Amino acid sequence: MKQVKLVLEDGTEIQGQSFGAFTSAAGEVVFSTAMTGYPENLTDPSFAGQILVLTYPIVGNYGVPGEELYESISKIFESDKIHVAGLVVNYYSEEHSHWNAAKSLGDWLAEYNIPGICGVDTRMLTKKLREKGAMLGKIVAAEDVPLHDPNQDNLVAQVSPEGVQHYGTGKNKIVLVDCGTKTNIIRCFLERDVELIRVPWDYDFTQLDYDGLFLSNGPGDPKMCVPTIEHLQKALQQDKPIFGICLGSQLMGLAAGGDTFKLKYGHRSHNQPVKLTGTQRSYITSQNHGFAVDTATLPADWDMLFENLNDGTCEGIKHKTKPFFSTQFHPEAAGGPQDTEFLFDQFLDEVEKHKAGK
Amino acid sequence: MEKPQKVLILGSGALKIGEAGEFDYSGSQALKALKEEGIRTILINPNIATVQTSDDIADDVYFLPVTPYFVEEVIKKEQPDGILVAFGGQTALNCAVALYRAGVFEKYNVRVLGTPVQSIIDTEDRDIFKEKLDQIGVLTARSEAVTTMEDALAAAERIGFPIIVRAAFALGGLGSGFANNMEELRTLAQKSFSTSDQILVEESLKGWKEVEYEVVRDQFDNCITVCNMENFDPIGIHTGESIVVAPSQTLSNREYHKLRSIGIKTIRHLGIVGECNIQYALDPHSEEYRVIEVNARLSRSSALASKATGYPLAFVAAKLSLGYSLAELKNSVTQTTSAFFEPSLDYLVVKLPRWDLSKFSGVQRQIGSAMKSVGEVMAIGKTFEEAVQKGLRMLDTGRRGFVANKPEPIDLADLDRLLSEPNEERIFAINEAFQAGYDVERVYELTRIDRWFLQRLYGIYQLSLELGEKRQQGGLDALDTDLLRQAKKSGFSDQQLAVQLLGPAEVKANEMLVRARRKALGVLPVVKQIDTLAAEFPAQTNYLYLTYHGTENDLAPETDKSVVVLGSGVYRIGSSVEFDWCGVNAAQTVNEEGYKSIIINYNPETVSTDYDVSDRLYFEELSYERVMDILDFEAPQGVILSTGGQIPNNIATRLEAAGAPILGTAAARIDEAENRHKFSSIMDELGIAQPRWSELTTMEAIYDFVKQVGFPVLIRPSYVLSGAAMNVVSNPQELEEYLKLAAEVSAEYPVVVSEFIQEAKEIELDAVADKGEIVSYAISEHVEFAGVHSGDATMYYPPQRVYVGTVRKLKVIAEKIAKRFEISGPFNIQFLEKNGAIRVIECNLRASRSFPFVSKVSGHNLIKKATKVLLGQHVERDASELVYDLPFVGVKASQFSFTRLQGADPVLRVDMTSTGEVGCLGDTAEEALLKSLLSVGYRIPEKTVLMSSGPLLSKVALLSAAKLLVQKNYTIYATHGTHLFLTENGVASTLVYWPDELQEPNALTYLRERKIDLVINIPKNLTKGELDNDYKIRRTAVDFNIPLITNARLAKAFIKAFTTLKLQDLSIKSWKEFKAQTEPVL
Repeated sequence: MKQVKLVLEDGTEIQGQSFGAFTSAAGEVVFSTAMTGYPENLTDPSFAGQILVLTYPIVGNYGVPGEELYESISKIFESDKIHVAGLVVNYYSEEHSHWNAAKSLGDWLAEYNIPGICGVDTRMLTKKLREKGAMLGKIVAAEDVPLHDPNQDNLVAQVSPEGVQHYGTGKNKIVLVDCGTKTNIIRCFLERDVELIRVPWDYDFTQLDYDGLFLSNGPGDPKMCVPTIEHLQKALQQDKPIFGICLGSQLMGLAAGGDTFKLKYGHRSHNQPVKLTGTQRSYITSQNHGFAVDTATLPADWDMLFENLNDGTCEGIKHKTKPFFSTQFHPEAAGGPQDTEFLFDQFLDEVEKHKAGK
Repeated sequence: MEKPQKVLILGSGALKIGEAGEFDYSGSQALKALKEEGIRTILINPNIATVQTSDDIADDVYFLPVTPYFVEEVIKKEQPDGILVAFGGQTALNCAVALYRAGVFEKYNVRVLGTPVQSIIDTEDRDIFKEKLDQIGVLTARSEAVTTMEDALAAAERIGFPIIVRAAFALGGLGSGFANNMEELRTLAQKSFSTSDQILVEESLKGWKEVEYEVVRDQFDNCITVCNMENFDPIGIHTGESIVVAPSQTLSNREYHKLRSIGIKTIRHLGIVGECNIQYALDPHSEEYRVIEVNARLSRSSALASKATGYPLAFVAAKLSLGYSLAELKNSVTQTTSAFFEPSLDYLVVKLPRWDLSKFSGVQRQIGSAMKSVGEVMAIGKTFEEAVQKGLRMLDTGRRGFVANKPEPIDLADLDRLLSEPNEERIFAINEAFQAGYDVERVYELTRIDRWFLQRLYGIYQLSLELGEKRQQGGLDALDTDLLRQAKKSGFSDQQLAVQLLGPAEVKANEMLVRARRKALGVLPVVKQIDTLAAEFPAQTNYLYLTYHGTENDLAPETDKSVVVLGSGVYRIGSSVEFDWCGVNAAQTVNEEGYKSIIINYNPETVSTDYDVSDRLYFEELSYERVMDILDFEAPQGVILSTGGQIPNNIATRLEAAGAPILGTAAARIDEAENRHKFSSIMDELGIAQPRWSELTTMEAIYDFVKQVGFPVLIRPSYVLSGAAMNVVSNPQELEEYLKLAAEVSAEYPVVVSEFIQEAKEIELDAVADKGEIVSYAISEHVEFAGVHSGDATMYYPPQRVYVGTVRKLKVIAEKIAKRFEISGPFNIQFLEKNGAIRVIECNLRASRSFPFVSKVSGHNLIKKATKVLLGQHVERDASELVYDLPFVGVKASQFSFTRLQGADPVLRVDMTSTGEVGCLGDTAEEALLKSLLSVGYRIPEKTVLMSSGPLLSKVALLSAAKLLVQKNYTIYATHGTHLFLTENGVASTLVYWPDELQEPNALTYLRERKIDLVINIPKNLTKGELDNDYKIRRTAVDFNIPLITNARLAKAFIKAFTTLKLQDLSIKSWKEFKAQTEPVL
């Protein structure tokens, strides 16, 4: 294996071995504590611009599945390409074994020209990121590259699709504002008798005829999504149900008049506990975000819907009277626990109720 | 929910195969959890060697059998308002179900906390379980019970091939097998119908992956899965017999979360509150799954999951049973985050089972759906390679890892069978296969072990070849840092490197060269923490392991003065929970004396590996290399070896030579006691008698020696075939027979022959000395005469039939030994006494198996005293003598697990075979004996006893007992010689024929028809016919679950006890109540 190094903005240099593409790449270095699901993670558009450190020490065991389509979208992956800028692991398993594997993780990364580095003390690195906060960094192969802060980019614009797409012919018409949606969100809707209209992040969906509005996840700072917030503010004037996930939740908070802030090192894992406020019910959730809604800034007609049991941060908001709610976590999972998928049902119930009330 | 005031907890009794130390751990945690709530706790557990029965854990302890009768009596007396039944294994669960069905809980108004008993029943009954899962569309293995060939074929049609056929109600898998098509099924079913009227036609899951989840649920329906685990061995091998990794390694996210979701759905539907385990079969070629079973209680897997993740499952389960929600409880590692979360691991663990099958004669070696292992280890690493090699060493079977072991003769022709029909050596057979040129694919075809695991093993094998090549190129000097680091990352020990680089001789000396070179090259392991959240949040955790996959230590060495306590490692026959108690007590005393305690141990079934027991826990190997790595890092003030059994003692000399600050008796003295020759000459020098013995290398020499000392002799070959480790032979024919079993007698494999003294009392002394002066001691007496291994023997403490004069002599000898060996710390001496003459048979300069028993009965905690001595504190000589004034008696009895070991001969011998023990208290010796025998599974016979009383000596010994039986209206069935003897002595008995007499009434028929309540079978001699006959009776008794005694002295004591005492006569007194009687005395 060729030698490569990981360089952090604080000057830290870590030697390791190359896998995937032997190339250099820069980005924001973040860590995820998920123990499984690298094909899902790497294709999650929310990771755009980030060099991902996996704390689980052995990666690549079950290879990467082949592409299969479900209603013209990927059946397995969370988008149509790898979105991370680079991958950092302790041990890369060159051989893999799984009935549905089509290739190795290394080959797959190489296909998308994404560098991987292994042989890294990822725990040491994670502790550094935890203490100093997410940092800029780069994987350096043959040639050096400059550091680059992806949060300065409009990442959403980069990962959002060009045009409008239609899926399904179900009874409820849902507009999905795609700021970098995971395909499992689409699957979750399509399994629930929905006609889905997928629109770009800056598309003026207020002109469309729909029953419910959905705001997807996506990468980067929510405040970059100015047109989305503007369109959303119009939608909030109406009464049609709105559901947002992750970045979608932050956008809802901003549109409602609240503020968002950058977490020190974010939540990226499959084991985040959230509590449904005012109840004894808690859920284990899948998360991947670096920003959060500042609950204190929410206007009076909004409440915190879910709270993170570990650090008390906002895990979702809801309007006190209207059918608007959001989650910071990912009810669609993929990867991670599926315990909150019922929220799609709740949203569609609201949609039906709203339609019936018309 | 209202919090209960007083809660009863059921323990699991003696350690046995399938139910071992994990329940000491879970019970101790539950007690801790309740104590924190200010709830009064009552524990019933006869296992006196456990930590949970220590005096500061439960408020009251009853050393009584965990059976419905005794539990009801305790309930009647104590009137608890709650009971916890999920912390004492299957024993406690079965007992609880029986009490529930009898309406006892209702009658006494006792609330079952946690999972309702009905939910337990739902999971235990196969039919109800299937039905419950059907209700929510969760799949179980398809199975149909049929009684005709036509139905069998039709069922197979519906289920699909391959099919497994099982004969219902047949012991030991008789008449079961696999069928791949109709024809095979026809043949198989025919055979099965010949042994049983009903057969089960089941979908075969052979070769599927076996995966488990630990699920926790609170009464508000919040659910988490704390850990998932994947078996290295596919379905077909019991999970207790499998190598297991956590978390799963070959499951995709979809598979992982599909099974997780099904687990949560199932557990919600079953209504479990607390913790449970769900096991799946997962198709290796699709996402198809079947639920195999749910254990609605803490289990071996949950103990493993707790240790694997740092999530205290038992503690949390106990809190949930009080009505808490998961979110209200804190993560006890971080102390800041919530207990409602799922641990994320940044390492993996590998669990490996430890078998002791070679201890048993006649046992079937193959492993499969029934558990046979007696212990397990858990290894932590950053890769499978690193962890599995650690784990193979931890098993303490002389293996250095996956490679670089002593070559063992494996029949290559047998290799395929060893791979496809595994025994306990399968993983080494995989190595043999690689050596024989098999590739991963071929091994996969034979084993169905996932290729990923095989690839990892193959990588280790290849690396060993690469290292081997360096041997020609200059050995150590040819080794570069990169290759060395790679080898260490792949779990190679310095010894393995020594073998590969420098050859198979002088391994220990060469290990030192490797170590020096490695340190010179700066290749050192780093210390990492287990923190449940993969470093996402800061954690003040002291739960540590070492790895070569790292560049930074997670923490700095302990700066306060500290003492390292070495644990006892893997549980095996001869060393188990009793040494855990010793280790925990030593660590506690270290803390009480103002030092930081550092424990090194790797056994997931222990309390000592709970991270709140010590200031630092290194979940690590107890090898010279690893202990030195830790000592180099921590630089403690002292190291305690003497509370961890034999494993730490074995490295004493090397640790001392390396400058380790060993506390207590010098390593050189330990060596003098452990080396048979040195010890003997010291005994001669001190004028202390020993049975005569000699180490011999030829047959002639053996016969000459026997001529000198006379028969019987105790004979101990160093290289033996299975089950023939040690034996007593009484005549030349037996000697010859026996030596045939010893595969070889030579200079390399000498045989030790000792004079065997018949009808000698065996007496043990456990003591603590300070610089050669005894400060406390305890003398206990075996019920059986010498010839039964002290670990299998039944013991009285204080002694009941030992003369004061004898005690005085023993003390004098012990004092001499303590002085000569300059003992500081714990030690144990075993004596023989006959007609006032005393001989020493063994001396261990460490704590012994009986330390917890004598400490708890006497109230003098020998380990606390020993630890104080080790730390240099002055310990006053106590009034050990006054123990004879104790107004009660303790009896320690052994638990055997023969039922689990198909084919094994259930007989007491000089080699130890018991897997556990209990200790009970009584106002009289008879009462204590009866309680303890009832605790290890004996039942008071109702009407009938089968006697074959062996040689004349034991016939005479049992005569009075036989008379007692007749007086109490028992019917004695006797085999020929015994019948004659009894008749001649005027005792009525009914003749039954020996198995080989093939005549009715035959002993075997009576056993099978369950006409016999107790079997007394004293082995006569080693001739083939006798062996077979006796064996058949003993084995049948065990297979039909009929109590069996094979020792005349024990039989006599038992008969005397149950003919003079009724069940109702046995006092229901707590340990405190017994102790209160002693207060004026001690």
